[in-house]
Amino acid sequence: MSGTLLEINDLAVSFSTQGGEVQAVRGVSFAVGPGETVAIVGESGCGKSVTAQSIMRLIPEPPGRIKHGSIHLHGKDLASLTEKQMRNVRGKQIGMIFQDPMTSLNPTLTVGDQLTEGILTHEKMSQREANKEAIELLHLVGIANPDERLKQYPHQFSGGMRQRLMIAMALMCKPELLIADEPTTALDVTIQAQIIDLFKEIQEKTGVAIIIITHDLGVVAQIADRINVMYAGEIVEYGTVKEIFYQPEHPYTRGLLTSVPRLDGDRSQPLIPIVGTPPDLFAPPVGCAFTSRCKYAMKVCQAHDPEVTELSEQHYTKCWLQDDRVEKPY
Amino acid sequence: MAKKLVEVRNLKKHFEVGKGKILKAVNDISFDVYEGETLGLVGESGCGKSTTGKTIIRLYRATSGEVRFHGDDVHQISGKNMKDFNRKMQMIFQDPYASLNPRMKVEDIIAEGMDIHGLFKGKERQRRVFELLETVGLNKEHASRFPHEFSGGQRQRIGIARALAVNPEFIIADEPISALDVSIQAQVVNLLKDLQKKHGLTYLFIAHDLSMVKHISDRIGVMYLGAMMELAESEDLYDEPLHPYTKALLSSIPLPDPEVEETRQRTILTGDVPSPIDPPSGCPFRTRCPEAMDVCAEKKPQWLEVRPKHYVACHLFEPESQ
Repeated sequence: MSGTLLEINDLAVSFSTQGGEVQAVRGVSFAVGPGETVAIVGESGCGKSVTAQSIMRLIPEPPGRIKHGSIHLHGKDLASLTEKQMRNVRGKQIGMIFQDPMTSLNPTLTVGDQLTEGILTHEKMSQREANKEAIELLHLVGIANPDERLKQYPHQFSGGMRQRLMIAMALMCKPELLIADEPTTALDVTIQAQIIDLFKEIQEKTGVAIIIITHDLGVVAQIADRINVMYAGEIVEYGTVKEIFYQPEHPYTRGLLTSVPRLDGDRSQPLIPIVGTPPDLFAPPVGCAFTSRCKYAMKVCQAHDPEVTELSEQHYTKCWLQDDRVEKPY
Repeated sequence: MAKKLVEVRNLKKHFEVGKGKILKAVNDISFDVYEGETLGLVGESGCGKSTTGKTIIRLYRATSGEVRFHGDDVHQISGKNMKDFNRKMQMIFQDPYASLNPRMKVEDIIAEGMDIHGLFKGKERQRRVFELLETVGLNKEHASRFPHEFSGGQRQRIGIARALAVNPEFIIADEPISALDVSIQAQVVNLLKDLQKKHGLTYLFIAHDLSMVKHISDRIGVMYLGAMMELAESEDLYDEPLHPYTKALLSSIPLPDPEVEETRQRTILTGDVPSPIDPPSGCPFRTRCPEAMDVCAEKKPQWLEVRPKHYVACHLFEPESQ
């Protein structure tokens, strides 16, 4: 990895609601190098989307608030930029792709208008030149007859094609980082396979770094270089894709891996689910947030938050089982 | 093999969608469900798998064809027999948020079926509700609460308890875990498996997640654009898929194993699923099929048992084209 593109340090994001403060993200740190793919994996409500939206500063403030922490892109702290300064980053330096291609496109504008809106804002360029760029990108994302397609409206595209449009749109200003929030969740599996391949192809051709947010471990295994496993607003384990799949250390990571059946697996092997449900982030537990669902929980887990342990150069976990005084059960 | 519980014969369900157009959601499918088994039904969105489930349980009237339950055509049942049929066949729905009445207490949601069928009354009714709550991994304190007080996984358990309340024989589970988180999915699937063992239930398990369907099902049917493409025992379907669509579907599912993924050869289909309003002539899959031949556009392939218990509808396996 040559240098760092994005570095997030101790990021905490909260939302104030009538019921009190929801601590959606509670001290998240990770880095993304140029051209690499980092996945954020976790279940609904774990804070993975809020983390991504904070990078783009898309959290509505209020009720949201970045409580502390920094988000450095090329050494510049995004968390302290004004809204106006941030506009030069969004779309230009960082592109974003949302989960639902059906609702993230404007149904009343032609695809051409939507594709070129960003580049016309950021660059001094005529509509004609912008259209030329757009046609090139539609070509890149595998949309046939791009000249004709530019004049069409989103409803004339299928779900998979709309996701291709979203990807083209995010790439228009040649960003260095692409954030994809559950980009294949709304798609059928044969279309998902096409889109994953497209991501890989684009990365090869443009060298863009990707942060992909997903709950699908299969997708992660196909596309990611490194993985952050999030639980209750924190990163509980972080490592290369192989470390996470073959040497998972945190009981939550291990639980996630045993609760999904494998297509090539043995049907007689029962799934080992994680019992219980995630904690309430209005009042997160004092100790480790996973304690109530963890089969290895000890007294210390309830009372004290574990420290981050470095297992190898790029493999970290936040768990009391790593403490020298504990005899590990697995 | 066990007795046939449900027989589906040449079932069609067409919807009129205006301007004289017809959407052929289910177009001439036939299969059996045996007592005590789990039959999985997979396919991509719009393939007709949910419509098939809903037509079997008579939430939709069939356009033509029959569904036999214990030998009786469910679309001809009337009067008292209907009530009996309704009790024996139950359904679990996909969306645990939309399928529970927000204004009813959990107790009354679960007992509604029992009340209609006059099964348990007075103290018995409450005892039965408590017992059902425990069966699905909730507790009796939950009986007096409302649906909004529960998480998605817990709500799906309430939906399962409601289906079980009337002692059914056959349960149609329509995407019962799609709306749930990964760690919760395994909880619900294990629960369904345990209940099947304990009560000898038969399931039709409808889902798009082939890994999970393979895990829970004894046999699997693969649907595409309203037609059944292939039906076989789970291991068979995975080890030796015959239909090019099944092969492509299996190969597009990512495995949670990075080393396998690095070297895996995959067939990625091009294009999208055609519209069911104007489906291709002949075989519905021919427009995306890597092995399509001329005959595929001309004739609809027959539904043949090409190996014991392994059915497929594809011209590649028809005697004259081999």
